[in-house]
Amino acid sequence: MAEAALKTVPLDRTRILQWLQTYGVYAGVALLLVVNTVITPHFLSAENFRTQAVQVAPVIIVALGMALVIGTEGVDLSVGAVMALAASVTALYLGYGLVPALLVVAVFAAAVGFANGALVAFIGVQPIVATLALMVGGRGLALVLLPQLEDLRNPALASLGSGDVLGIPYLILIAAVLAGLVAFVVRRTTFGRQLLAIGDSRPAAQLAGLPVRRVLIVVYVVCALLAAVAGVLATARLQASDPTSLGNLMELSAITAVVVGGTPLTGGRVNIAGTVAGAVLIQLLTATLIKHDLPPSWTQIAQAIVIVCAVYAARGRGKR
Amino acid sequence: MAPPAEVLAVRGLSKTFPGVRALDDVDLTLHAGEVHALIGENGAGKSTLIKLLTGVHRPDAGDIVFLGRDVSFATPLEAQRAGISTIYQEVNLIPLLSVARNLFLGREPRNRLGLLDFARMNREAEEALRAYGVRVDVRRPLRSLGVGAQQMVALARAVASEARIVIMDEPTSSLEPREVETLFSVIRRLRDEGIAVIYVSHRLDELYAVCDTVTVLRDGRRVHHGRLAELDRLSLVSTMLGRELGEVRKEGLTKFTGDHHATDGQPVLEASELTVPHQLHGVSVSIRPGEVVGLGGLLGSGRTETAKAISGALPTTSGTVMVAGAPLRRGSTPAAIRAGISLLPEDRKSEGIVPGLSVRENISLAVLPRLSRFGLVSEARVDSIVDTFIERLRIKASSPQQKVGELSGGNQQKVLLARWLAMNPKVLLLDEPTRGIDVGAKAEVQKLVDELAADGLGVLLISSDLEELIEGSDRVVVLKDGAVVGELAGDEVTEDKLMRTIAGHAPDRDAVEEAATDG
Repeated sequence: MAEAALKTVPLDRTRILQWLQTYGVYAGVALLLVVNTVITPHFLSAENFRTQAVQVAPVIIVALGMALVIGTEGVDLSVGAVMALAASVTALYLGYGLVPALLVVAVFAAAVGFANGALVAFIGVQPIVATLALMVGGRGLALVLLPQLEDLRNPALASLGSGDVLGIPYLILIAAVLAGLVAFVVRRTTFGRQLLAIGDSRPAAQLAGLPVRRVLIVVYVVCALLAAVAGVLATARLQASDPTSLGNLMELSAITAVVVGGTPLTGGRVNIAGTVAGAVLIQLLTATLIKHDLPPSWTQIAQAIVIVCAVYAARGRGKR
Repeated sequence: MAPPAEVLAVRGLSKTFPGVRALDDVDLTLHAGEVHALIGENGAGKSTLIKLLTGVHRPDAGDIVFLGRDVSFATPLEAQRAGISTIYQEVNLIPLLSVARNLFLGREPRNRLGLLDFARMNREAEEALRAYGVRVDVRRPLRSLGVGAQQMVALARAVASEARIVIMDEPTSSLEPREVETLFSVIRRLRDEGIAVIYVSHRLDELYAVCDTVTVLRDGRRVHHGRLAELDRLSLVSTMLGRELGEVRKEGLTKFTGDHHATDGQPVLEASELTVPHQLHGVSVSIRPGEVVGLGGLLGSGRTETAKAISGALPTTSGTVMVAGAPLRRGSTPAAIRAGISLLPEDRKSEGIVPGLSVRENISLAVLPRLSRFGLVSEARVDSIVDTFIERLRIKASSPQQKVGELSGGNQQKVLLARWLAMNPKVLLLDEPTRGIDVGAKAEVQKLVDELAADGLGVLLISSDLEELIEGSDRVVVLKDGAVVGELAGDEVTEDKLMRTIAGHAPDRDAVEEAATDG
């Protein structure tokens, strides 16, 4: 009897793991919504949703780029530093107006992304090492440009951070549009397909004549540009440029969102909807614990549990 | 004398995977000192049977009786400890560890302090390997050895762990003929020691050279078992394929018609004096439209390197490649592909297919930019190309959305061919196009190569299967140690001539000189 029972367990378990891998992150979000509706006062207010969404928007934007990089079997640790760099550069060039400042930010971010991509694609440095260098160097540069926090008083920047259209903050709109755009690129463009092929099997992609180096460089540039957008938006919301702490540990939040969302670190697959949901899941989890006055350390432990669950589910799928 | 003891008795073994009955009520009996051939097309159930025996999967029904006891292994390690060792097609050792460490992995000799006894390990490893004809410094990392030598280490490891049954899954797919001989002598020694061997291979020569008994699987069922000597080759093939004997005989063992009509026109490909340090020394090959040129030679003679150098995947230090009279930029795969050169790589799994992507995406991978406008993929045009080739090459997949990694080897190869044919190439470089794929798919691929050549494509064919090389090629350029040592054309294209040229008897001075002046 006991034997028969044992035999049926593994089959059910793989099925559950597969389900978790595909829908777990959405189920998690749904669960947190339901639980909070019951136990958290004023959870269902529009104001609360707005706050949550505004907080999570930068993470989503960074995670989109991260998902692309992870899809090529890479990782980008420099996104937090790029956010800080974006903040410094914004502060320095805001005197010329918002648009020129943003252009300069884009140039800096693209340069960092290009450096990452070139190290990975041409010199063959492992992505984790290449982007580690830019993570340290990028934040260093940000601090050289702007050594301490600086208040920014620019109406255009302020409205970017706190303005809205029909009650929906710009931040949320921008994040949504970018998510849609990235999902479209992954699904419908040659670039998206080539990216996945390179992530799944680089030698095969190379022999199939794909422009491997170009794709890799573009991916890292896009990732850096997205991080810069997040950096500018966060700065706009703060109305201050804070290169010391802006974007700290952002790389880890972004990787968490991507992994929890069901994109494997082994490359070849990118799940944009899952990535967005992954970021939302972590945000809701953190918010829930904070609203119930649990210390921040609890939040970290909860995050760790979510990550472990996600990795466990992914492993189950990997073994088929 | 009593008959040899029964080592393994399998009764009514069945296994179902989602949607597939992989193994259906299969029996298998193995005696001590028996070398048993396990054969069948891809998807016949060989791998499943092996995986059930070695504890990778659990059977749905049936018994495995090993040494008289009912067993059910939970893991491959458990099976190995009990005495069933397996050597897989791909070497599964640890490339960065030393040869000796690999050999003793998991059962390292220890000294009194419980630390690894390296001196003893190295000494014993050296002794053990000498028996397999491998003379290397056992302290070197495994990856510094050739694939063949690595395979021998894997074999030595499997045998050294006091196995009662050794399962060999296509052990010769990366061995040179000399190494195959060593392997056979090892197998004979195992037999004399009373160890049973299950030998899986697609190469009929080898089966007849070394196996006593045979089990033929087809579609998950056992369709034949008995002594191998009582079954001639054609019957074996027809049993495997499930086709009528007359039909097979009529068509010969390969699907090549053997009579191409190479036009006398300008060569579509002219590679001359290709040089890659330590690998190629001035190799020249030319191919006319409609011609199949074979590359002969042993493992490591530079056949794969020649194909890769032509396709730009291996950077050359000197030499030129002309496609239809126009020179090719050196060392650029995309440039070679644009010029009309397509390479079907030898290592299908790691350099060919993109396993996680679908059949559809794999087929359209190279041609995608041509099916796109401003970087946007036209799904309709992709669908039409994909459907065309799935039908034309008879690719068997549950749908175009199925992952290529889940297909059989033969179908993976067809997907790769489709990827290249979609590009309308001028020259096809085929590196071991039928290695490791089942007999049916092999015949289809061979037939296809014939048709493509008849359509005017230039084909470079690399094959370790002599029969395939001889029957498939109009001309054979023979390589040895990275240089052309001869060229066979017309009536000279025979196994005998080829082997003599490889062996260095230089039977035909004219041919050598012709090859040299040709470039």
